[in-house]
Formats: sequence, structure tokens, C-alpha cells
Amino acid sequence: MPDPTGLELIANELRERHPGSIVDTLHYRGVATLLVEPGQVLAVLSWLRDEPAQGYRFLASIHASDYLPQEPRFGVHYELLNMERVERIHVKALLADPGERALPEIDSCVELFPAADFQEREAYDMFGIAFQGHPDLRRILMPEEYEGWPQRRDFPMGGEPVLFTHNEYQMPRWYE
Amino acid sequence: VEVRREKAGGVGGGSDLRVRQLRARDLLRGNLEGRELEQHVEESVLTTTLEKALDWARSNALWPATFGLACCAIEQIALVTSRYDTARFGAEVFRASPRQADMLILSGRVSIKMAPVVRRIYDQMLEPKWVIAMGACSSSTGVFNNYALVAADKFMPVDVHVPGCPPRPEALIHGILRLQRSIQGHPDQGWRSRYRAEGTEELPHPNVVSPPTSR
Repeated sequence: MPDPTGLELIANELRERHPGSIVDTLHYRGVATLLVEPGQVLAVLSWLRDEPAQGYRFLASIHASDYLPQEPRFGVHYELLNMERVERIHVKALLADPGERALPEIDSCVELFPAADFQEREAYDMFGIAFQGHPDLRRILMPEEYEGWPQRRDFPMGGEPVLFTHNEYQMPRWYE
Repeated sequence: VEVRREKAGGVGGGSDLRVRQLRARDLLRGNLEGRELEQHVEESVLTTTLEKALDWARSNALWPATFGLACCAIEQIALVTSRYDTARFGAEVFRASPRQADMLILSGRVSIKMAPVVRRIYDQMLEPKWVIAMGACSSSTGVFNNYALVAADKFMPVDVHVPGCPPRPEALIHGILRLQRSIQGHPDQGWRSRYRAEGTEELPHPNVVSPPTSR
């Protein structure tokens, strides 16, 4: 992991190369995070990959998250790894909720990292984040005709109602 | 003490094997008549109805389909090992094709993506066929009570639910014995008496009386 100073150096260099790309930096529990502008996430990722001094050439993970009461609501996280120095850096983009009808959009990084293909499909499947330019954006885990984005916080839990002692009186005619 | 040995039986000379063989030969040739014929029939013929004989045979030769879904399948594998040995109850022949199987054991969680597959396997099995929902997951989705799973009896008929997470092989054997009991025409599983709920049976016609329980 870059230490806080190293993270600020990376962020400042990115601010010079791509103005407006870095919104903030976070260093929390040893994880160095670059908070980036969603429109420039590809520029940041390709710079981190191709700049010889950085060399974060391995995409370890893409995942999404939902911070529902907060706005912007969705987060897309990229975990990059420099395999020579064994250093990780976390790139995070926050996306606003476009409403019921539309999906939050961000550029796909499959062109940069082919390994992103299935992981972006999983983030799309669970959170409904539309990765623009993805070659084959379909559901990967849930059935293709499934409706809704099950890992979002406003998605109902679903499943069978289970009778516990704390909710037995709320279930109608539970004793039958 | 004087021990006297006598041949059992009456007219035809009793249980001596040679005598009985000769009598069976006479029967087949049509030479056996009257009292002798009557006694031979009494000794060697068991009468029942065809349905009862079929149910007896079916319940003691339940062939399960080789089909495991999740962790319960490990217990299902232990079921056929020498320690638990379902061959004692005639349910050890796991068939690799649903066409040859009588019983489907749903051993694990059924996801909504797997449900059409399970239903298709069930539909491919030949009648008569029975289903055991093994464990909490296939009965009520258990601890995986979320968007991805579905309870088995939402999309197919289930005869016996075996509770547990996972049930021990003894519990599954108990379920198989209950299933045998219900195949042999005693569908009463005993839960009404356990929960003091006698007389709550729902019957299709008011004139139909409740079948007598055998306990």
C-alpha cells in the first residue's frame, strides 16, 4: 500500500495530468483510496497501469456498493495491484442515482483489463450499474429474466417468511 | 425325560420336505383333491389384494435418483455407507438416470436458477414417484432465506420433509421409513396425535370417513 504521503503524490500527479479527475483521497485502515470523477475513471486506471513509476498492472477486483441514505448513492470500486512491489491501490467512483427508470452509468474498463468482463457483469447483475462499452453486459448469476437488482439496499429481502418468536404475532394465522 | 419326535401336520404326512414336494407335484398335475387340496392351500398360499402387494414391493425397493444439491448431499452419501446402510430398507440403489429412479431426495438448497432443472428431473421420473425434501433449505430455504432461493414445494409435490441443517443420516432413514409407511397406505404420519390435533382432517366429501390409523 502507498502510505498517505505516497497517495498524495499519486493524486497530485493525476491532478496535473488529468485535471478534475481526483475528487478526494482517503487513507483508512491501511487502504489507500483514490476517489475519482466517474467520467475520468478510464483515464485514471490507464495512467496507473501504464505509467512506469506506478505499474498497477493487475486488476484484482471490481465491485459495487450501495450507500442508500447517502447521495451519491452507488460506489464502483477498483482494486489494483502492483505485482513487483506488492502494493495495492483502491480506486473508487461514486455514482448518483438516476431514478427508478434509468441505471447509473460508468465506462467499462474491459479494454484496459480483460479480467473485468465477468466482474462488471456481476456488478451489473447485483446492483444494476450499466458499464458503457462492455462487450456483453448480461446477468451472470441470476436468471436472465430476473427483475430487479437484488443487492441494492432498497430491494426486499424476499424468500419465505420464517416464524421466529419475535415476529410470530405479526404473521396472520401463524398457528394454523 | 422321554423325548418323542412326531411329524407335524395331519393328512398328507406333515412338514416332511419330500412329502410336501410330492404334494406340490400332485397339485400341479391336478391330482390333489378334497381335504388334501384344502390343507395345501392353507399352508402355502397367502392372499392379499394386488394393490397391497404392489405397495409392499414398491415401498421396499425405493430407488433414489443420484442427485445432490448442497451440503445435505454429503449426509446423503453417508446414508449408503456401511455404517448407515440403507440397503436394509431397500433404498440404496442410486440410479444415474431419473428414468430408473422412484425417489428424488432434494438434498440442499434449490436456487431459482436450479428450480427448472429440479422440476425437469422430477418430470422425467416415471410414475409412481416420491420426493423427500431433505433439510431446512429445500423445505423452507433455511438460513439462505433470500432473493436467490425457492422452497421446493412451491414448484413440485413433496411427500416427506426431513428437518435438520443438515439432517443426520438417521433422520433421513426415518424420513424414508415414513415414506414407506405412506406408500403402504398408512398416510398418517403421527403428527396429529403429537400436536393433539385429531379430528382436524380435511376430507374431500363429508360422507368419507377418516381412514383408521394403525397406531
